[in-house]
Amino acid sequence: MNGPFHTAERLRRNGVMGINQRNGDYTLIYNSRARYPLVDDKILTKELAARAGVAVPELYGVVEIQREVRHLPQLLERHRDFVVKPARGSQGDGIIVVTWHSRALYRVADGSTLDEEELCFHVSNVLSGIYSLGGQIDKALIEYRVNFDPVFEAITYRGVPDVRIIVLLGVPVMAMVRLPTRLSGGKANLHQGAIGTGVDMATGKTLNAVWRSAVVTEHPDTGNPVAGIQIPKWDTLLDMAARSYELTGLGYQGIDIVLDRDKGPLILELNARPGLAIQIANQAGLRTRLEAVTRHRAELTTVADRVAFAKRRFAATGGGE
Amino acid sequence: MKRAHLYVLSGLLAAIAAALFLYKVLIFGFPLKPEQRTDVWRVEVQIRFEADGGPAKAELYLPGRTDAFTVVDQSFVSPGYGITTERHPGRGMRAAFSIREARGTQTLYYRAVVQRGRANSATERDPQPEVTPPKREDAEQAAAQAIVKAALQQSADAATLAALLVKRLNQAMPGDEASFLLGPRPNSRRLASVAVGLLQTAGVPARVVNGLILVPERRDAQFVRWLEYYAGGRWRPHYPAEPTVEALRYYLPWWRGRGALVQLSGGTALDPRVSTNRSYELAIHTALTQQRELEKKLIEFSLFGLPLQVQALFRTLLVIPAGILLLVILRNIVGVKTFGTFMPVLIALSFRQTGLIWGLLFFSVVVALGLAVRFYLERLKLLLVPRVAAVVIVVILILAGLTVISFRLGLERGLSIGLFPIVILTFTIERMTLVWEERGPREALQQGLGSILVGALCYLVMSLRTVEHLLFVFPELLLAVLAITLLIGRYTGYRLTELRRFKVLAR
Repeated sequence: MNGPFHTAERLRRNGVMGINQRNGDYTLIYNSRARYPLVDDKILTKELAARAGVAVPELYGVVEIQREVRHLPQLLERHRDFVVKPARGSQGDGIIVVTWHSRALYRVADGSTLDEEELCFHVSNVLSGIYSLGGQIDKALIEYRVNFDPVFEAITYRGVPDVRIIVLLGVPVMAMVRLPTRLSGGKANLHQGAIGTGVDMATGKTLNAVWRSAVVTEHPDTGNPVAGIQIPKWDTLLDMAARSYELTGLGYQGIDIVLDRDKGPLILELNARPGLAIQIANQAGLRTRLEAVTRHRAELTTVADRVAFAKRRFAATGGGE
Repeated sequence: MKRAHLYVLSGLLAAIAAALFLYKVLIFGFPLKPEQRTDVWRVEVQIRFEADGGPAKAELYLPGRTDAFTVVDQSFVSPGYGITTERHPGRGMRAAFSIREARGTQTLYYRAVVQRGRANSATERDPQPEVTPPKREDAEQAAAQAIVKAALQQSADAATLAALLVKRLNQAMPGDEASFLLGPRPNSRRLASVAVGLLQTAGVPARVVNGLILVPERRDAQFVRWLEYYAGGRWRPHYPAEPTVEALRYYLPWWRGRGALVQLSGGTALDPRVSTNRSYELAIHTALTQQRELEKKLIEFSLFGLPLQVQALFRTLLVIPAGILLLVILRNIVGVKTFGTFMPVLIALSFRQTGLIWGLLFFSVVVALGLAVRFYLERLKLLLVPRVAAVVIVVILILAGLTVISFRLGLERGLSIGLFPIVILTFTIERMTLVWEERGPREALQQGLGSILVGALCYLVMSLRTVEHLLFVFPELLLAVLAITLLIGRYTGYRLTELRRFKVLAR
């Protein structure tokens, strides 16, 4: 096609943000190191959110040391379905979603089954830190499995879809819905093969999607169109996203919200270094929107202001200005 | 605000680097290019031993003046020791380091600057030596007599006699007289001694010569032996290994006779080490002779003032930043994915020992085998620490196995794979398995190939002779490297790979 400088120039004009800029101009500037543990350790995040009255999936139990792994089956007996997660996991690695289990057999969201020994081994691995950032010793948490809202049923292949919202200084900037595919094994992570659809910030309606860096209009497994679906309780989602700034104190973060059929939107986790594929999903650059927020920073004090600003400025047509 | 700070800092660093660099080039006349052939060498002997607590004395042979080389400068570093030198006729100069009382580990240094001399001493005659035929037992004597007799019949003079005797010893068959004389474990050192004995039996004055082969950057140099016979009023050398004329230029004779380099009394655990180094002394020396005291001090406080072994170490250390800079560029501006942050540089360092092709081959083989074992271990459901430990053990076994196999196949390069960083290999394998399982083989192979490719590129940059020379002679250039690294630290533009990733957004 055109030369690299030409491409770079057009990306710059469209306000597309690269990883160097995300790190250098946003995470390094707005995110204080001391606050990283709040989002890196999901147990801490949960406690924090619970104290602030923000809805999160219920915590069933925590396995902290190797000895406790033996008691895992007893802990799980009481729950028909649950999710096993490393507390310091990154990028969704090491998460197992159990949809049903009998005495010694656990059915996983992707359709496979694990026996008790395999599940305990997985938890042991989690504790020894193979999924954690930097390989440090970790904890495993067992939590409520989200009974997801049927709104995305037609465009999800097993697993739980979630909504990722990027928030700068408490202003929701860009959002996408992450939809599991057969390739992603029921996980809602783009690098594992999930698709992400853009979201119109003003209305909460889905736009086209990105799948492996390419734009798609239909879900690759179900074949249903991905655009035009209204995310229920969109205003609540925006409100939660705006409040997450006060929750963690991180200026630039990604917030993952799931929609439960009964409990409504729940915060799944927060991310201090959210990925950049969201730009492809929205067909829009992040930088333009982020700069709009920093320009108007002084006016945006209350949560309501910030949500209103987001809805006004970041509607689907164009990149904000 | 912060940017201005950074620009000023980088500018300052770069300016200091440029100023020092230009000063050394323009005023001192330091060489910008590595010289193709320098005729000045620095040789260093490090004598280390455990003193018994009483008087100690170490006697060291010194390289003497020969036709080929002249010792232009020598120095002894030995705190508290008295030094005397004495000429041992027919053997060489010997220095004695002595002290009344010594305790603990003692380290003595001898350094010499050796320059290739001009062959102007050819007219001198060496004094006629006496021949003392070696004493042998009856059986040995008979064997020696037989060989000498046969050789004498075929030879015309001392030169051909020496050549014939060495040839006969080289062709020793099990059970014949030659192998009987050479003993159960013949080697080139033993061969030279036996040949000298045979020459003496034939009535030709002869002696063993111990010498060094001068190699640039040799940290643990070994002595080789050849022989000299007396003919036509002069001692003439004969080299059993038959080196080429070009190779002979680097043979430095050191001392004569069968004695050891160092003789020690009053101590144990003697450990002499010899290092050689092609020297930049000459160019710098001539540049320095016109300079003032201050500038001489500057040289003394530079890397050139360090012991040779340390200098050789710093030659390696100083090129690492060049590799690191390349790595930073490849990761932050190009966007290549690699395992670990600096693993590629460590791979590149190990390539310096093995060479590129062999390094790539061994690395791939070890990682591939390790991966196979790791996938098998996965089925045993081991916990992390014991599992990584098991992989370390397997990696060491693989390294040992590969070394033996390649040695048997006659691949000398194979011996150097033991230098691969084992822990690095292990963690490469561990990380690769995890990525393989979590993100699929494509991502794992991509990152693996990325690492090895970046490692190879870093190696290529780090092994450029010009790079090594510049960084060693002008270490201040590292300040410029630092400045560039700092600037890249604030590069917030796109990575090259992102241009592809976000192509759909470049409407």
